[in-house]
Amino acid sequence: MDLLSFARGTGLKVALAVFCLGVVWRILAFALLRIRRDLNEPRASVPRSLAGGVLAIGSRSWPHPEFIGRTGAGEALGYSYHLGLFVVVLLFGPHITFLGSLFGFTWPALPSSVISVISVLTFTLFLAVLFRRVTHPVLRMLSNFDDYFSWFITMLVIVTGLAATAHVGGPYETLLGLHILSFDVLLIWFPFGKLMHAFYIFPSRAINGSLLARKGAVS
Amino acid sequence: MRGFAQEIGALSAFRLESCIHCGICADSCHFYIATEDPQYTPIWKVEPFKQAYKREASAFAPLVRLLGLKREVTSDQLAHWQHLLFDSCNMCGRCSLICPMGIDVAALIEQARHAMFEAGLAPQELYHKAAHQRDTGQPEESAEPYRAQLLAIGMQFDVAIPLDKPEADLMLCVPRTDIEHYPKAVAALARVMSHLGVSCTFRSDGLVAENYGYFAGGKAWQRDISRRLIDQAVACKAKILIVPECGHAYSALRWEAADLYGKPLPFKVRSVTEYLAEQLQAGRLKLGAAASGATTFHDPCQLVRKGGVNDAPRALMKAMGIDLHELKNHGGFSFCCGGGGGVLDIERAAPLRYRTMENKLREIDDTGAQTFLTSCSDCRRTFDDAQAHFNWQKTPNSLLELVADNLIGGGGGA
Repeated sequence: MDLLSFARGTGLKVALAVFCLGVVWRILAFALLRIRRDLNEPRASVPRSLAGGVLAIGSRSWPHPEFIGRTGAGEALGYSYHLGLFVVVLLFGPHITFLGSLFGFTWPALPSSVISVISVLTFTLFLAVLFRRVTHPVLRMLSNFDDYFSWFITMLVIVTGLAATAHVGGPYETLLGLHILSFDVLLIWFPFGKLMHAFYIFPSRAINGSLLARKGAVS
Repeated sequence: MRGFAQEIGALSAFRLESCIHCGICADSCHFYIATEDPQYTPIWKVEPFKQAYKREASAFAPLVRLLGLKREVTSDQLAHWQHLLFDSCNMCGRCSLICPMGIDVAALIEQARHAMFEAGLAPQELYHKAAHQRDTGQPEESAEPYRAQLLAIGMQFDVAIPLDKPEADLMLCVPRTDIEHYPKAVAALARVMSHLGVSCTFRSDGLVAENYGYFAGGKAWQRDISRRLIDQAVACKAKILIVPECGHAYSALRWEAADLYGKPLPFKVRSVTEYLAEQLQAGRLKLGAAASGATTFHDPCQLVRKGGVNDAPRALMKAMGIDLHELKNHGGFSFCCGGGGGVLDIERAAPLRYRTMENKLREIDDTGAQTFLTSCSDCRRTFDDAQAHFNWQKTPNSLLELVADNLIGGGGGA
């Protein structure tokens, strides 16, 4: 079995299994912990508290005006590379073909030239993110193996993808095999590290927003 | 720490797991903004607890322990964190408004304080005051018992002090800060209630509003101290417990007491500010114009940001025709005075506290207001302390006192 066959065959199956089981277990594990009922009289009704949660999903997507001067640049950088990743993952023709084989439907792709430009931009933003993480005193202090490995494995997928698309660095089949293999590793790593924030981000905003709305407090 | 990790609830676990190490919370915290010292990053203040949770109770805890991915939290580590959790955190909750993941960092810090208390690492000032309050109802000895001081204040300001009535619709309590430093605020509380003609009473066995158990992180002590007020409110069949101008007392009673009591409270809890605003809206409270000139207002964090009492103080000020000049950061986004969370009581924290206050004092000066109001006696005390330390020209005044000075007509009963 060659690298490409393994990566998109057995490797991918194992990775998807670990990904699915890991994600489900990590979410289910919360249910094993105590969930306390808030017995204090709410200021807002249940519907208003829930609405506060839904609103917080949107409002926390960008800093409040009071904070933007200090955090706007950092958040813009963060959102930019996420946007780049989403575009490349979801709107590149071969990716759509792969996702279509999983989900059973496809959608229109962006031209490869556009994807290439966005990929290079995303690659550059990723370097900037790492530079910021190692030079900003707060980020450097907070960072651990999870942060760096999650960055590394995502970057590896980007780099191997760029190399395979540009046919640079080796035979196409090998580069594509490395690209898919790095994606397999990313899937396996996903439930163990901070990449899980993809599943947490909206519930986390909604829960906090709802709890603050229950008190009538700003969120 | 194992006990802490295993006792952690689903909500706190979810908050700990959701952190992406973006560091953005640092930019909300006045301790970090003033010093640019990364250790004051709010989420870093719970780092040992995150470490303990991941090692002991997270989804992959056995794997984490097997592979040694997270070390056991050491007592030295915790001892260092005492400074971060108590001296350099007011539990003001500003960090909870900035997190792009929506994590309530302040709630995590409060939980971490509980663990520190259990580990015997609450600062001595807070620990002793909490113990004294739990045992006697007063955080400290006083020359005269607070009951006697309360009656003396009534005599001094010529206002009737309703005390120990067997039944009343409203139960009143008082910040010990007001008894000791701002007796006019105590008299103002009695005066506005008398003006409204409501049935109310202080209770000798439940006088003090503050809760040092809350500051120290002693959850059982916090419960016992709250219980003293709850039992008195139940005994006099109060419909409402009025929390005076004290932010942390409001948080402890309004948003935490029922959980510690184990069931919903059989009465409502209202801050005096929101109660008066409700009376104003109902037409039972009429206020004349206050001759305060250009005025600014400091929003106490526990009342406004964490408690939702944002519109009430502004409604009262508007009714008195006050020319309000808002601070640059106001309402829910206001910076803390720097003394909250028990920090004012921790002597060694004073130099850092003064440093963080400079930005706040500058904001107040920048409004150009002559009058400076707030609705929390601990905030007021913190600003008074800053006035002496910095030779600052502004004097913080009580919104409640201003209301009491501008009552017009007779009250209509509640």
